[in-house]
Amino acid sequence: MEFKISSKAKSFTVVLMLLGVIGICLGVWIEFSCHGGEHFQTRFLGNLLVDSFFFFAIGLGALYFLALQYATETGWYASIKRVIEGVAGYLPYGIGLMLVTLLTLSLMKGGGIYVWMDNAHVEHDPILVKKSAYLNQVFFWIRTLAYMGVYFIFWRGFKMRSLEEDRVGGTAIHFTNYKKGALFLVFFAVFSSTSAWDWIMSIDAHWFSTLFGWYVFAGMWCSTMIVLVTLTLYLKKQGYLNKVNENHIHDLGKWTFATSFLWSYLWFSQFMLIWYANIPEEVTYHLTRIEDFKGLYFGMFFINFAFPMLLLMSRDAKRHAGVLTVVGVIIFAGHWVDAYLMVMGGSMGKHAYIGALEIGMALLFLGFFIRIILTNLTKAPLMPVNHPFLDESIHHEI
Amino acid sequence: MAEKVIYAMYDDDDVLKDGAKKLVAKGVKVADVFSPFPIHGIDPIIGVKQTRLGIMAFLYGLTGTALATLGMNYFMIHDWPMNIGGKPNDTYLDNVLSFIPITFEFTVLCAAHGMAITYLLLNKTLPGMPATNPDPRTTDDKFVMELRLSDNNQFSEVELMSMLNETGVIEVDQKDIH
Repeated sequence: MEFKISSKAKSFTVVLMLLGVIGICLGVWIEFSCHGGEHFQTRFLGNLLVDSFFFFAIGLGALYFLALQYATETGWYASIKRVIEGVAGYLPYGIGLMLVTLLTLSLMKGGGIYVWMDNAHVEHDPILVKKSAYLNQVFFWIRTLAYMGVYFIFWRGFKMRSLEEDRVGGTAIHFTNYKKGALFLVFFAVFSSTSAWDWIMSIDAHWFSTLFGWYVFAGMWCSTMIVLVTLTLYLKKQGYLNKVNENHIHDLGKWTFATSFLWSYLWFSQFMLIWYANIPEEVTYHLTRIEDFKGLYFGMFFINFAFPMLLLMSRDAKRHAGVLTVVGVIIFAGHWVDAYLMVMGGSMGKHAYIGALEIGMALLFLGFFIRIILTNLTKAPLMPVNHPFLDESIHHEI
Repeated sequence: MAEKVIYAMYDDDDVLKDGAKKLVAKGVKVADVFSPFPIHGIDPIIGVKQTRLGIMAFLYGLTGTALATLGMNYFMIHDWPMNIGGKPNDTYLDNVLSFIPITFEFTVLCAAHGMAITYLLLNKTLPGMPATNPDPRTTDDKFVMELRLSDNNQFSEVELMSMLNETGVIEVDQKDIH
């Protein structure tokens, strides 16, 4: 069945984007009239990075999830495959926005976000001088373009093969996808860590944590699963995807539950090891966040951990559209705050706060993100035709 | 009181499943199915209720969390205050982070053991207990469906037998159990 965006959904995304623009204008006006605009540049660029990264990561998470299904040859997901592909279809826009943001930061010598980009600053900083073999603009751009190139090429390949499979059928495409999926996971295993170091961890330029990449990756995966489950529920409510039953929803709910735990586990592992060892170079990351954002930092962890644990534990809750949506929306906001603290804790510190600018920019990106995904869904039939596991997926029962 | 039981043996789980479906549609009550492995989808056909083992697991887990918290509060804070890396140790909350991994492990330990023991007890399969499956071949490659005459008063023994024979059964056995 072909998907058509309802006029309600169209106006919803437009209203989100309009509210976003109004919020940003209001935020800029408040910043200049009440705070003198002293921190405006860092604040604006930091927010740009938070939102372009957060939504880019969700598109990337969907691509990763798709590759995971191909590589493991699972069957259950076949009837929601187009939903995953629709979310992954945000990737080219996400890559574009990420590149624009990073290019702006790069041209502005870091813009107050990446201090290591400013040579005048690095000269007087012995730690950054030692790190400059890795953290320098040329190598940074080589890595960034390599990540984006690989993601884009794989995304395009998966998309084209998926549409081709609808036309020609057979199992040859399935086995190509199997190999490419496995290959993508090999690249992604390395890139998910190193790209998080490059784009996010290097904001706290002195600090380092080997676990950081997985922590960022787990947050991104969890946000992706929330988007997938709410989007599937929305489409079902609109009368599409009638082959998708409560067992598929249950599985998506399980993924949301499990990835929330993965994220909480990694957050806590990083926090506890650093707290335990208490080495000055390492504790700075958490100290700055606890000093400047105590409520937000622990509140975000508590919500992202306790809400899914308590509310999504039972089997019935994972099959209940209302519970899934409410928990999903709350922890989606929680993971956005997580991304916000990663960027702002290291760049603006005590001057950062969530105001009209932050909320406006997040709404603008969210509206754009939803609109792109819904548009992607109209471009292909919502149910794949010749996927070899389609029959298994339709009869999925757990 | 002695009761008459019919054991119908199949050599394929799908044949058994289809047979059970047909019998249940005719109003026959299937008491149990013995199989070397879990047969997917048999539970709703023969009317096995959703397991409540998950609820027990949650309760065992809670017990573990509570025991670990109480235990460590006594060992590490009250009885013999431990200096761990110079961290403050006046109250449990000061040191709670270092207790979380142990609490977590103990929760998992209690939930897993509690669940396994409950499962074995309920199925009467604790080590050393006598086997209750009707035929040793159900632990190898055969599947057995159990019908009780007392559950199926509306049918005579002969009727039940003829209905069973239509479902691709390979062997039918009768027993009196006490």
